[in-house]
Amino acid sequence: MTASVIEATSFPDLAQRYRVTGVPKTVVDDRVEIMGAPAEDEFVAQVLQAGT
Amino acid sequence: MYPHDAATDLQRRLAALSSPVKLVFFTQTFGCDTCLPARQAADRIAALSERVTVEEHNLVLDRDEVGEYGVEWAPALAVVGAKDAGMRYYGVPEGYEIESLVEAIEIAGGGGPTLSDDSLDALDTLERNVHLRVFVTPT
Repeated sequence: MTASVIEATSFPDLAQRYRVTGVPKTVVDDRVEIMGAPAEDEFVAQVLQAGT
Repeated sequence: MYPHDAATDLQRRLAALSSPVKLVFFTQTFGCDTCLPARQAADRIAALSERVTVEEHNLVLDRDEVGEYGVEWAPALAVVGAKDAGMRYYGVPEGYEIESLVEAIEIAGGGGPTLSDDSLDALDTLERNVHLRVFVTPT
């Protein structure tokens, strides 16, 4: 697993492309969107959903 | 400069790194208003510990390093310890996001926060690499 943090105000075009309307927002493999900061087990479950 | 207390805390945490960490910084010459402040932010963190160094490359000119680190945009920081675990920071690390970068440095340096054993076991079942893009704003 690899991870990039993207500071949205420096990259407004990316924020638009990934439809960032609030932060934090996590996009897994450009497919699954995770809004906010869910509990760890919920976050892991969504990552697994994207990765299978 | 950081407030004295904050600098002392960061120095203590960075002194605990078990292996050196390299911040591989990617800049570009034109059209990057945030590249200079991002480099300055990296330098401020590196100034707190001999275990943290900054290495600069150009996103347009240094194609070998861009390929090696898989960097997509500038400004970018690849946080690299004994091995490259694929942690990248795009933009200017300031405000609360300094904490995100320092945690990444601690992880790269062999420590820092980790996940529960259950989460690690679950993620071990992934059969391919997945990439997280985490959008943040400085606060």
